[in-house]
Amino acid sequence: MPPAEHIIVTKNNGINVIEFNDRKILDELSIRELGEQLQEVAESQENVRILLNFQNVEHLSSAALGMLITLDQRVKKQTGTLKLSNINPQIYEVFKITRLNKLFEIHDSAAQALGAF
Amino acid sequence: MSQRDSDSKSGDRFRTVRVNSTLHEAKVPESEILVHVRKHGFCEEAVFAIKLALEEAMTNAVKHGNGNDATKKITVRYAVDDERIEITVSDEGQGFAPEDVPDPTSNDRLTLPSGRGIMLMRAYMDDVEYRRNGREVYLMKRNRR
Repeated sequence: MPPAEHIIVTKNNGINVIEFNDRKILDELSIRELGEQLQEVAESQENVRILLNFQNVEHLSSAALGMLITLDQRVKKQTGTLKLSNINPQIYEVFKITRLNKLFEIHDSAAQALGAF
Repeated sequence: MSQRDSDSKSGDRFRTVRVNSTLHEAKVPESEILVHVRKHGFCEEAVFAIKLALEEAMTNAVKHGNGNDATKKITVRYAVDDERIEITVSDEGQGFAPEDVPDPTSNDRLTLPSGRGIMLMRAYMDDVEYRRNGREVYLMKRNRR
């Protein structure tokens, strides 16, 4: 069985705007698949620009945070830029507790994030 | 000592779910527990916290505790009432010393992709204790109605 499509990618002025199909990014198996799909976008070009829009996401585990860190490193290797937006307050709290709000550039809305590229 | 006290106090209020140590089966206790938690009127914020902590505890049991050995088991015991939920997750591994796990928020570890599970459990639950030399984690969350 092919892996499920975990993301929807749309282009906005050359920026890859990515939304998640899963409301819960929790379990290792789907995080592995999701990570591979995001990695594919990250490796698609030099100076890649990616916006991860979390508006559909309600739950996130530490494994998902790890996957985001790996993606960030990959994007930086491509001299690209990664931004995050629309993170709900409960999930933002996870970023704050782990201090990952310092590592990632997080915007309130997709429009605000797109304007910051 | 506290382990024995707590267990004897709670007696047979605890239900037990035993699953094979795979990431797939690790989901079984969670869905069962969340049904009970909602029935007892825990708010959505508490449900989020319990779900997150359980996910972390089960993943740790499968990967680190039982070393991805599917022949091993994970035993989950839980008791829930209108006041609180208590959960223990036990694996069949070698155990570990939680105090030896480094702080994932330190500057030199911030970019490492792993090591945040215990920290998240501690942040979201009202009590987290490691027992049996780290082979069992006790999680407790109060119901703030």
